[in-house]
Amino acid sequence: MKEKLRQEYAELLTSYLREKREDQLYAAQQMSKWMLEQKIPPEEMVSYHVAAMKEELENVPQAVLDSFDFLIEMMIGYGIAYREHENLLHRQKELEYEIEVAVGMQQTLLPDEPPTHSGIDVGVISVPAHRMSGDYYNFEDHGGRTIGVALSDIIGKGIPAALCMSMIKYAMDQLEYPSDPSEILRRLNTVVERNVDPSMFITMVYGVYDIEHHRFRYAAAGHEPGLFYQEKEGRFEDLITRGLVLGVSRDICYEEYSVDLEPGDAIILFSDGVTECRIDGQFLGRERFKEIVQKHLHLPAQEAAEKIYQEIYEKANYELKDDQTIIILRRPTDA
Amino acid sequence: MNVSIQEKSDSDKVKTLIVEGEVDAFTAPQLREKLMPLCKDSREVYLDVSKVDYMDSTGLGVLIGAYKSLRANQGRLILVGVSPRLSRLLKITGLAEIIDIEDGA
Repeated sequence: MKEKLRQEYAELLTSYLREKREDQLYAAQQMSKWMLEQKIPPEEMVSYHVAAMKEELENVPQAVLDSFDFLIEMMIGYGIAYREHENLLHRQKELEYEIEVAVGMQQTLLPDEPPTHSGIDVGVISVPAHRMSGDYYNFEDHGGRTIGVALSDIIGKGIPAALCMSMIKYAMDQLEYPSDPSEILRRLNTVVERNVDPSMFITMVYGVYDIEHHRFRYAAAGHEPGLFYQEKEGRFEDLITRGLVLGVSRDICYEEYSVDLEPGDAIILFSDGVTECRIDGQFLGRERFKEIVQKHLHLPAQEAAEKIYQEIYEKANYELKDDQTIIILRRPTDA
Repeated sequence: MNVSIQEKSDSDKVKTLIVEGEVDAFTAPQLREKLMPLCKDSREVYLDVSKVDYMDSTGLGVLIGAYKSLRANQGRLILVGVSPRLSRLLKITGLAEIIDIEDGA
């Protein structure tokens, strides 16, 4: 193969030296691409050139031929860099593949669709800033009487956050339901505190929606306060909570809170990536977020969540710095 | 986006770090590198954040790491000059209740 390449190079070179046509230069360009594909290093390329000169031309001054030996030495460094580059490309492909597998695995940790129930309308959207998300959410249907909802923001992004997410998911799967929100957080805190790096932490809001009584009981571990929308007054109340983020101290008790929903009222939970989204260099903030939420809240919950996200995404010039998750629980006007 | 960190030794057991700039995922490792060794053998570590324009959750993670390390030796982490934004973040995360906060001098 190499011998054939060498011959082709020699033929192309001599024909160019004879005729000096533009299309021969173009052919040389094409050939160099092919040489790259065949992994011919630059020093070898120069040696093809010298061999061709010696064979095809007469009276090449010795100094010119000697200078090529010099050039070959010079090219060796480039050859090494080229091979390193090739290796890196190969490794990058391997990593890409591994990340792709991890992204797929992470998707399986999140529920496909929010629960559907005639007594409550649930919508959710969760979009990672990069390929892997540090936001985790989950719903549990407790026999159609209550629905558990969890939203968690794991510090950092990417692979470390994703690994931590699987721990949260499996820890939650081990708990018994239905259970008090404060108890769920207390148990999760113990698991996280024992198992994470000292500078890692997780925020979480956990709530239980009682479909019969339309009461939402919740507790939070350092999570961005959610919103309670009261349709009659057309206003929002902040779901202020006290509670330390998960993973910092052992034996933490979490306070439980509750709100009662009238028809049309809604609970909006979100990760801080939403309100800290930068719009024209400024944070979106809670007030502007409320305005956007109010604009879309008349829609079915899933559609509303998607529209709210879309509007923020557009305002942020299609650039997300942090993962974004929005969950809406709305009491239907006829339930 | 940069961070600059200056160390001031008040005594063997009391150390002060003055942080200036933004503490985010890119700069937090620099803060961790300077802060963690101080926490190993000090009684009190003052972290002056009055010139910090922005701190994200990665920065909070560094504070938590420092707090835990000091707590293990009955030491204290004291934040000085906390901005309203950072103060809100510390309140929401519940950290304001475990980390000491002093007004800026």
